Amino acid sequence: MEFITDILNAIVLILNFLVVPALSYGSQLALGALGITLIFGILRFANFAHGDTMAFGTMITILVTWWLQSKGISLGPLPTALLALPIGIVFTIALMIITDKTVYQYYRHHKAPSVTLMIASMGVMFMTNGIVRFIIGPNDQRFLDGERFIIRARDFKAATGLDEGLTIKMTQGLTIFIAIALVIALFWFLQKTRTGKAMRAYSDNEDLALLSGVDPDRVVLVTWILAGTLATIAGTLYGLDKSFKPFTYLQLLLPMFAAAIVGGIGNPIGAILGGYVIAFSEVFVTYAYKKFFVYLLPVALEPEGLMQLLSTDYKFAVSFIILVLVLLVKPTGILKGRVL
Amino acid sequence: MSNEQRTWLAFGFVGLLLLVIGFSQSWSVALGIFNLCLISAVMALGVNMQWGYAGLLNVGIMGFAALGGMAAVLVSKTPITAAWEAGWANLLLAVIFFVATVALAIFAFRKMDAGRHRTIAISTTIIIGLFITRYFLDPAVASIEAVEPAKTGFLGGMGMPILFSWVIGGIVAAGIAWLVGKVALGLRADYLAIATLGISEIIIAVLKNEDWLTRGVKNVTGLPRPVPYEIELQSSDWFLELVTWWHSSSLINLTDIDKQAALRQFTIEGSSIFVKLCYTGLFASVLIVILMLSVKALNSPWGRMMRAIRDNEIAAGAMGKDVTRRHLQIFIVGSAVVGIAGAMLTTLDGQFTPTSYQPLRFTFLIWVMVIVGGSGNNMGSVLGGFLIWMVWIEAEPVGVWLVEFGTSWLDDSSTLKVHLVSNAQHMRLFFMGMVLLLVLRFSPGGILPEVIRRRS
Repeated sequence: MEFITDILNAIVLILNFLVVPALSYGSQLALGALGITLIFGILRFANFAHGDTMAFGTMITILVTWWLQSKGISLGPLPTALLALPIGIVFTIALMIITDKTVYQYYRHHKAPSVTLMIASMGVMFMTNGIVRFIIGPNDQRFLDGERFIIRARDFKAATGLDEGLTIKMTQGLTIFIAIALVIALFWFLQKTRTGKAMRAYSDNEDLALLSGVDPDRVVLVTWILAGTLATIAGTLYGLDKSFKPFTYLQLLLPMFAAAIVGGIGNPIGAILGGYVIAFSEVFVTYAYKKFFVYLLPVALEPEGLMQLLSTDYKFAVSFIILVLVLLVKPTGILKGRVL
Repeated sequence: MSNEQRTWLAFGFVGLLLLVIGFSQSWSVALGIFNLCLISAVMALGVNMQWGYAGLLNVGIMGFAALGGMAAVLVSKTPITAAWEAGWANLLLAVIFFVATVALAIFAFRKMDAGRHRTIAISTTIIIGLFITRYFLDPAVASIEAVEPAKTGFLGGMGMPILFSWVIGGIVAAGIAWLVGKVALGLRADYLAIATLGISEIIIAVLKNEDWLTRGVKNVTGLPRPVPYEIELQSSDWFLELVTWWHSSSLINLTDIDKQAALRQFTIEGSSIFVKLCYTGLFASVLIVILMLSVKALNSPWGRMMRAIRDNEIAAGAMGKDVTRRHLQIFIVGSAVVGIAGAMLTTLDGQFTPTSYQPLRFTFLIWVMVIVGGSGNNMGSVLGGFLIWMVWIEAEPVGVWLVEFGTSWLDDSSTLKVHLVSNAQHMRLFFMGMVLLLVLRFSPGGILPEVIRRRS
């Protein structure tokens, strides 16, 4: 009997410290990577400004959240930020359309090489970053309110009688739920609607799509709207789950790129898969498994060290190494995307 | 306007800006900015080699600059014998096992047929090897970091003159560039950008966390200087004579007591300027040497070949040029130049702080320099380095001044004004992005576009 509780404890331990955090972080990455992959598929460049787009959308959401909080409006157990999210999305879409009209459109019409667009996106990154830091400052901001947990460790222990507790934070539950809903909506849009089909056709073969009467300006516009929406939601969920700091969002760029490429760039399903692959490997490789083995192994075999493959500080290294491995072994990514 | 006139005009403008800063702020400030201009110019030259000559998009400049900085520490600091004695055996074993793991994995990759067996063999090798390495590394690290953790807690350096680190910094950066290039250069340009972005983040992560190497976030301070210290100068006779001679016209009309006070003031100011001038001399000579070599290289058959590869890889390949090899070569050379600049920067700072390496400052700002100055043109990169660094530094006070001016109708204590003024410094990021976009859109060649000589 004790043997079975030990195994159950070990499973709960893994669920609590690895699976749940990785699922929510993976969902955030997946939403970000979806934006990157859509832009790459339609506009054909790697968008360096995407991290800062996320920061911008989150910033607007935070400002509106603060305003709502000052008015005493709240969503009860849910964070108020959800109420502010639509306004953040609208502002981000506006920013996307303005940058497209003022910056990217010219290069697109002149058939500039994708590298030029990439450098232009660095300029946009600088400007967005400057705006965000100017308005909200470079420091940490917290804007989470409402109920903090869905399942508390103490309640879980009391209910199951196990030594290990399982905690699911409200933000984690929300992230996973929203991500699933969004992905379903996105795929319905891409597969079933006329515009979605036009987008896929345009991404697949630009010339053929143009011949068939697809309006390129409309396709590009919808792409920016989708990317802006996804970025704002991903950024807000990340900010709720951890905290908001402009610099962190710039750093998210690398895991998001990695997720998009690992899954197969230009392929939306790949981006989601990539997001989870990156998140799970980051969390699994940097976890200290000592307690896990203590539960599973007999006392004589218990490990002395932390049983940790890499220290947590090397999260970036993990996503990067996976990126390199995938590109060496299968340059199109796990699911077939384009070759970068 | 001919290209030469343009160059003179642009550099004249930079000189004028420096004079304005010198007269309106102080000469010490102007020289300080100029020194960083020189370092920026060297860095921009390195990036220009990769992007301007060969069309390689390196977004990991920060990492190579940090490697140069690390070299400065490892070369110049005195070795900590106690730490070496405490950890050398375990450290050596860890290194041996690490190298063995890598070698075995590469061996398996080369010799075994592709398939599931190979994948399993390589991953087991790496996981087991990593655990064995960690088994020796962890106690080594613990024992090294236990040696006076507040003061040292790392292995120290080689105790050599810091100028030597400029060479070592270049070599270290070149070595890492070789590794990155081997992996990343076979693929398309966009991928190199993302790969280099990743590698630079990893380099910074390693430098932040491996305390035994460079003390991590505890920073290494007090690096030895290649130039004299202000205090030494102020007490040396020849320097006092120099100051007296230099200021003789303004000292002559003063009484003895006033003269003493004025002389003291002049000596303090003079020593700071003298030290900065020494640095200027060192940096300028490095810049001139690298610039001359670059100009020669770009105008040689090698430079023409590089540009041919950049403009049309397929055609150049068909002419028998080994595109991948040439790319690797220029990637290594360019990164080495960035490494040299990184070592110079750490030398000037006198300290190594891994947290100060931020991608916006060390990667993307250098990109703005190259693009705005003129990619493919060596003089353009130097100009970009000078100009953009000055704008970057001076945009802060100017931005604050502008915001204060714009909000002068607000009450001094209003939250909005306090907020805007305190955040005004961040507007320089916005400004830099705007400059980059404007140049890219309206003058894609930069201020000094690439010169293409055609023989009729």
